[in-house]
Amino acid sequence: MRIRLSLPALAAVALVLVATAIALIAYVAPEDADQGLSQKIFYFHVPIALTAYVMFGWGAWKALLHLWRRDPDADLESYVAIHQGVIFGALTLVTGSIWAKISWGVWWAWSSNQLVLFLVLFLFYAAYFMLRFSIEPGPRRANSSAVYAIFGVALIPVSFLAIRLANDFIHPTVFTSHGPQMSGLMFFTFCVSWASLLVLAACLYRVELAGKRIDLRLRELRELLT
Amino acid sequence: MIRARRLEKRYGAKRVLRGVGFELSSPGFLLVTGPNGSGKTTLLRLCAGLAAPTAGELDVAVTRGRIGFLGHEPLVYRELTALENLELYGRLYRVPERRERIGMLLERFELWDARHERAGSYSRGMMQRLALCRTLLHDPELLVLDEPYSGLDDDGATLLDRELAERRARSAFVVATHDPQRVEPLASLRLALG
Amino acid sequence: MTYLADVGTLARKDLLLELRARDTLPAMLLFVFSTLVVFHFVLPGGSSELAATGLLWVALVFTALLGLSRSFAAEREQGVIDGLVLAPSDRSAIWLGKALSILVFLGLAEVVALPAFALFFGDVDGSLIAGVALADLGIAAVGTLLAAVAAASRARELLLPLLFLPLAIPIVIGGVGASVADHSPRYLGFLAVYDTIFALVCWASFEYVVTE
Repeated sequence: MRIRLSLPALAAVALVLVATAIALIAYVAPEDADQGLSQKIFYFHVPIALTAYVMFGWGAWKALLHLWRRDPDADLESYVAIHQGVIFGALTLVTGSIWAKISWGVWWAWSSNQLVLFLVLFLFYAAYFMLRFSIEPGPRRANSSAVYAIFGVALIPVSFLAIRLANDFIHPTVFTSHGPQMSGLMFFTFCVSWASLLVLAACLYRVELAGKRIDLRLRELRELLT
Repeated sequence: MIRARRLEKRYGAKRVLRGVGFELSSPGFLLVTGPNGSGKTTLLRLCAGLAAPTAGELDVAVTRGRIGFLGHEPLVYRELTALENLELYGRLYRVPERRERIGMLLERFELWDARHERAGSYSRGMMQRLALCRTLLHDPELLVLDEPYSGLDDDGATLLDRELAERRARSAFVVATHDPQRVEPLASLRLALG
Repeated sequence: MTYLADVGTLARKDLLLELRARDTLPAMLLFVFSTLVVFHFVLPGGSSELAATGLLWVALVFTALLGLSRSFAAEREQGVIDGLVLAPSDRSAIWLGKALSILVFLGLAEVVALPAFALFFGDVDGSLIAGVALADLGIAAVGTLLAAVAAASRARELLLPLLFLPLAIPIVIGGVGASVADHSPRYLGFLAVYDTIFALVCWASFEYVVTE
């Protein structure tokens, strides 16, 4: 059974969840003993990053469906998912950069594996858009984009491993990454925050998809007229 | 040999083919006509397996290796000689008694003397003859020919006439052309696009 | 067996084409050599040997890109790729044949590059050579598939580096690690993992890149 909320309902759920998450982060979650107030960006940064992964994964899944079943809708869905993934990826870089500035006093830290990984992914998915823009719309573009999107999910773990390895010869001493010992309340806040971002991403995904579909339909009609 | 129903092919928002259907048996000859841009080439690419339809059903009863496709491009390497090109395709199609068959085709299409010349140095007519040799090399059961007479001089056209007439009784054909009179007597099925 | 025969036929065809036209390998050799000369002026006196080793990897990756951007030129010009796609062989054989010929070109370019590097900058040890060999496998596998993707686009030569470099970052990390770090087997192992994963993905997905 599939439950499918209407878009306005989904948007309402997203709004409520985001408001709850912000309230929890601001008023309920306890301050971190070491880092104080600045640790609170963690509740945005990490869930945003995880949401970006989910969107990249969803994009690759849709790409696989496209290649497998030749479902023309799946190409558009894959594209929109990756587009959302890139937006969340860019936000990860921004929030990570702010966090680095507050904790280490620099805007960019090569020692943060997560930031470096997102930089690599950002480059990769920027190339994905270049690829889409330089092939005429049609099955060839859909196939090539799908193959590249699938490369992306292979690249995520491989790059993760590579960046971990690179630390050994690039940074002999690593900043200790914050593995904050989360209290129950902190973990709960984190979960609500992540859930709110996931619903928000799903909502944005469907809005963009609906827009793109109308656009495509309009172009088809225009094509029929000429 | 080929059964097509409500075929549709789209490139983005552009619909190139729509609602095409036919049933071609073997031996048989489907003559596809229509103005430029009516989707002849696209239909032939679908039949040859170079593209898949966006919607509709298309059943081609032979495997890829038993299809001979002649397109707008000769599909040969310009830097290789005629002989090397046919050797390459002969190997890929696993043609039995490759050398003899290549020799015979080159003789028949009067390219034997030019067999060691680079394909890139060929004239338009010779190139089309070489493309025909490539198409017929593996003795295909289904021939998909897009404007087969283009670029051929009178001699070449006569050679092709003879080849088509001889194969008509044992193969299936899908032929697209601007100039239908030439092959009209061979046709068993006609499809006008556009 | 017929699969391997097809791969052999296709790879041999590429080598024959290169012998005829000679437009890729000489360019790669000259490029890698001139890049090494440029590096001499890039490295200020007193730079460590490690920096030179790192730069060697830059030279190798860009030389590979140069060769890759030409790799489907013959097929693209005349649409010959359709001829290969029509043939009864499995389409992945086209990828494997092309990747093998690229591998040969890369190997030949490095036969020049590594001794030149040793002459100009310092020693070349076994782990560097092993790293280069493993990196070549990954570069040839991924690069060939992306070259086919780029060949179907408008931007072509421009697009290939953009598609390829993010995927080459793990190769560079593995390669540099193997040549400069203390535990080179770890990095060689990583390169082998990369090669395996991406070779499988490329092998399975190439067909979709060349069909509609």
